[in-house]
Amino acid sequence: MAEFLQAYLAPWWLAYVVAALVHAVLLINVVAVGALIFIWLERKVSGRIQDRLGPTRVGGKFGWLQTLADGLKLITKEDLMPEGADGMLFRMAPYISFCASFAGYLALPFADNWVGARLNTAVFFILAVLGLEVFGVILAGYASASKWSLFGAMREAAQVVSYEVPLGMCAVVPVLIAGSMDLVTIGQMQHGWFTNWFVFHDPFTFITFWVYFTCATASVNRAPFDLAEAESELVAGFHTEYSGLRWSIFFMAEYGSMFAVSGLAAILFFGGWNGPLPITEWLGLADTTNPVLSYLGNFIGMLNFMFKCVFGVTFMMWVRWTLPRLRIDQVMTTCLKYCTPIAAASFLGATLWTYFLPGGLILPNNAYGLVREGQLIDGPYPPADAEGPSKETANEKTAGTGDLISQVAGEHRGRD
Amino acid sequence: MNLLTQPVGVSHYLIVGAIMFVAGVVCMATKRNALGVLMGIELVLNGANVNFVAFGSVYLRPEVTGIGLDGQLVALFVIVLAAAEAAVALAITLNFYNNHSTVDVDQADELKG
Amino acid sequence: MDAINWHSFFFLFFALLACGFSLAVVMTSNIVHMAFYLTLALGATSGLFFLAGADFVGAMQLLIYVGGTLVLLIFGVMLTAKGPFISMKTSAGDLVLGAGVGGALLVLLLAAATQVDAWRVSEPSPPVAQVTASRLGMALLGARVDKLDEKDPVQARGMSGYLLPFEIVSVHLLVVLIGSAYLARPKKRMVGGPVDTA
Repeated sequence: MAEFLQAYLAPWWLAYVVAALVHAVLLINVVAVGALIFIWLERKVSGRIQDRLGPTRVGGKFGWLQTLADGLKLITKEDLMPEGADGMLFRMAPYISFCASFAGYLALPFADNWVGARLNTAVFFILAVLGLEVFGVILAGYASASKWSLFGAMREAAQVVSYEVPLGMCAVVPVLIAGSMDLVTIGQMQHGWFTNWFVFHDPFTFITFWVYFTCATASVNRAPFDLAEAESELVAGFHTEYSGLRWSIFFMAEYGSMFAVSGLAAILFFGGWNGPLPITEWLGLADTTNPVLSYLGNFIGMLNFMFKCVFGVTFMMWVRWTLPRLRIDQVMTTCLKYCTPIAAASFLGATLWTYFLPGGLILPNNAYGLVREGQLIDGPYPPADAEGPSKETANEKTAGTGDLISQVAGEHRGRD
Repeated sequence: MNLLTQPVGVSHYLIVGAIMFVAGVVCMATKRNALGVLMGIELVLNGANVNFVAFGSVYLRPEVTGIGLDGQLVALFVIVLAAAEAAVALAITLNFYNNHSTVDVDQADELKG
Repeated sequence: MDAINWHSFFFLFFALLACGFSLAVVMTSNIVHMAFYLTLALGATSGLFFLAGADFVGAMQLLIYVGGTLVLLIFGVMLTAKGPFISMKTSAGDLVLGAGVGGALLVLLLAAATQVDAWRVSEPSPPVAQVTASRLGMALLGARVDKLDEKDPVQARGMSGYLLPFEIVSVHLLVVLIGSAYLARPKKRMVGGPVDTA
């Protein structure tokens, strides 16, 4: 894109800035427009679940302008700050939350190679960055100088820090199967029929997905785990003292990270941008040589991905309006006594399964082996010397370098 | 504008590491809050990490294969050990707080006699 | 005007952030502010790691280090938030002394860092996308993928790997986990109390 723009813009460095800005604006729109839609959807879903209609008046048939009206109201509200508050931290906190949740989108691919920055440690990056969202919450709770806020923040801290353990363990399982932490690679490996999705790879990944989703719900603070803002006990928890636009930024962050963890779940377990049937391949849209066709295929892929994400978010809403809120000790019990052991056991199980049945149970003829060989180490395993008869010497060298290397190398060869 | 147009070298990273290291040392020496002292330790370890990564970076010294991957590996070990150290130190601080109801390190002088 | 080197530009950006926030940690006396600045400094450092091509270390830094500071922050709030925004002041003499010694150390280190010519500039190397994560993993298992051409027979036998340190660190982490849980356990409350018997 930068190269394309370079032809038109006079100061050449402006092209990079413009290209970066376009990407940033696209991503921020996903978050902002997504939040608009999700808030409206949440009202509708909760209304239907409680046998109400939800918003109907604002903006025509389904009340679809309701969020915009809310937004206008929030902007015009007075921006209050409590007298004893710690001014700098109080102002910074919502932006920290939002930045953390937004930074996760940097590495989240929306379709094959449609990604802000393709990192080869994308899974870790997203988990790490989403874990930082709690920073804003704790700072908000501390800086508000209010007991309700501090209680909410402390609960949130305890909860998120504990839930990161099983969450990370669950996210490692698809990484283990794929042999890569690159989300684009993980997505590409699940192309084809829906039986190639990692959630159907073996029974352990199926269990892992449910543990992952539970922990993800807890780590983004959604009911039944929304202890930090339990309105029946803590007024409004960490955002008791916030009003107007700052409060709404907290909510953008919450919906942003809901979408992000759903997106991560979609890529790790549900094939990302690959539909259940390889329709794009039947239509010939998977052809990467033709830019127009592959663009179209990617666009369909993005729609697939978006649909999966929205489905995940809707699922969270359904859970929220169905289950009652847990007590704090029950939340901790769920994490430490159930989620962590189950995640650890299924991690072990998935390891053994991949070792003995690397192709999965249902469809052994998928692309795992191919991608594994190409991706696990950059280049062929014994690095080929540029000048020499590479394969033989490299093999000899490997054989000569002692048990450990040849053992590991043999494992790699055995798997492909 | 020299810095903006020239490629950075190892010594640029070393300067950043040195500043973080010194900030950490001063922090350790002057803070009276035990948690402040801990934060100083984190800064010191982090400054050292910057140096390790810089020496091991392929971008900065492509011609010298000196420590290569070792730099990153040592940095990883430092990160892990720093986390372990922080856990123990926090436990000690918590014990100290339970006994003295403060985290002021100047109060820990019973052994002075 | 010369072309802006974007690598240098972002290096400068993250370096200034890291240095500025680490100095801010020293300057402030409010423990929560300190933790906040420390987090930002560590985050900027992970940006430096990404720039140096060590993206696995950078992600680890974000996940472990910054997350660890989060716990520091929580403890800071828990242990010092008795009064509103309590702060423990350092005496001016200590501060001057610390600044003096620190300044001397800084001058020494900066002189050392800028002395070596080979360190000062680097060739504008083409950015090669490198998968470091799997290399690091292999090295932790004891196989140095990047040193297969090693001439030294001791290193070539796989002795340059990190299997033993890795195992030691794993055991160490377990020990630390148990030890700190033991240290921080709540005091036993006996019914009837040791007050009567003691």
